[in-house]
Amino acid sequence: MEINIQEKILRANDDMACKNRKYFTEKKVFVLNMMSSPGSGKTETLCKTLKKITPEIKTGVITGDICTTNDADRLKKTGVAAIQINTDQFGGDCHLAAHLIEKAAQNLNLKNLDLLIIENIGNLVCPAEFDIGEDAKAVVLSVTEGEDKPLKYPLMFQEADIAILNKIDLLPYLDFDLKEAVKNIKQVHPKIPVFEISAKTEQGFEPWIKWLKTSVKSKLMVL
Amino acid sequence: MHEMGVAMQMVEIALSSIPKNINNPRIKKINLKIGELTAIVEDSFKFCFKIITEDTPLKNAKLIIESVPVKAQCQNCNHTWDVKNSVFTCPGCEKGTVDLISGRELEILSLEIEE
Repeated sequence: MEINIQEKILRANDDMACKNRKYFTEKKVFVLNMMSSPGSGKTETLCKTLKKITPEIKTGVITGDICTTNDADRLKKTGVAAIQINTDQFGGDCHLAAHLIEKAAQNLNLKNLDLLIIENIGNLVCPAEFDIGEDAKAVVLSVTEGEDKPLKYPLMFQEADIAILNKIDLLPYLDFDLKEAVKNIKQVHPKIPVFEISAKTEQGFEPWIKWLKTSVKSKLMVL
Repeated sequence: MHEMGVAMQMVEIALSSIPKNINNPRIKKINLKIGELTAIVEDSFKFCFKIITEDTPLKNAKLIIESVPVKAQCQNCNHTWDVKNSVFTCPGCEKGTVDLISGRELEILSLEIEE
């Protein structure tokens, strides 16, 4: 006997992500999901970004790691509200799922925020698969990682709305081919904006900050 | 890796789809559709499935996976093509915005129950 099902396996997560998206829209908050491999400099990029956009853009952060509150502690020093999610309590998940975001968001006063940045767990594979209710996805790639990462992890670069190429201050010391890396990103996602930055020296931040502010304001204007 | 989480969600859907009026049901096959762009490693997925179904009616069920190729369409010239080697640039006009038509599927299609 055959039982017909025809259902998305991740339906429970997708439903929760939909609920999150609706909730964030009601609260008039733009949500950015930031993803990358471990050590690409997401937290440092965020710390420098927060310094440049607050208090004009009222921002909160949810940050995910398997263990430790190191990232939330660093982010809190910039003066924003930062919530740490540790997935070791949930079996050491390698990505943030929609239900974790729903729970974490309850600890933020969203009424007072314009922007919520979710710093996903460092991993170029799994986080790309899970909708968490964000408005946009950003992938961070650092120049110490290799130009061919977009070709090796196409789903991540295909899903992302923008790409940030970090640590460009290190280019003189590396064999990294910047043109090749951008070409590879565009091969996987032809129209994606790529921002070349250094979170350490703050070089190249202007276009990225402009994109972020415009995205936040565009959402508020539509509502 | 997230294969365990995906396998657990799939098992939950499969178990809840078994009609309640069948005594000691045994599931022979589970038919699935998995797109080639999803980040699922088939062997890991099958391994996780085996572990978590040990004491359930799904024990020893065969996973029949229909692999879905990655297809894209160009918004500029409407050209549709099979994406190979992660090349999403339109081979027709090389400049359009690209829509993904298939390759992201992660679906449970049906169960086959032993009679």
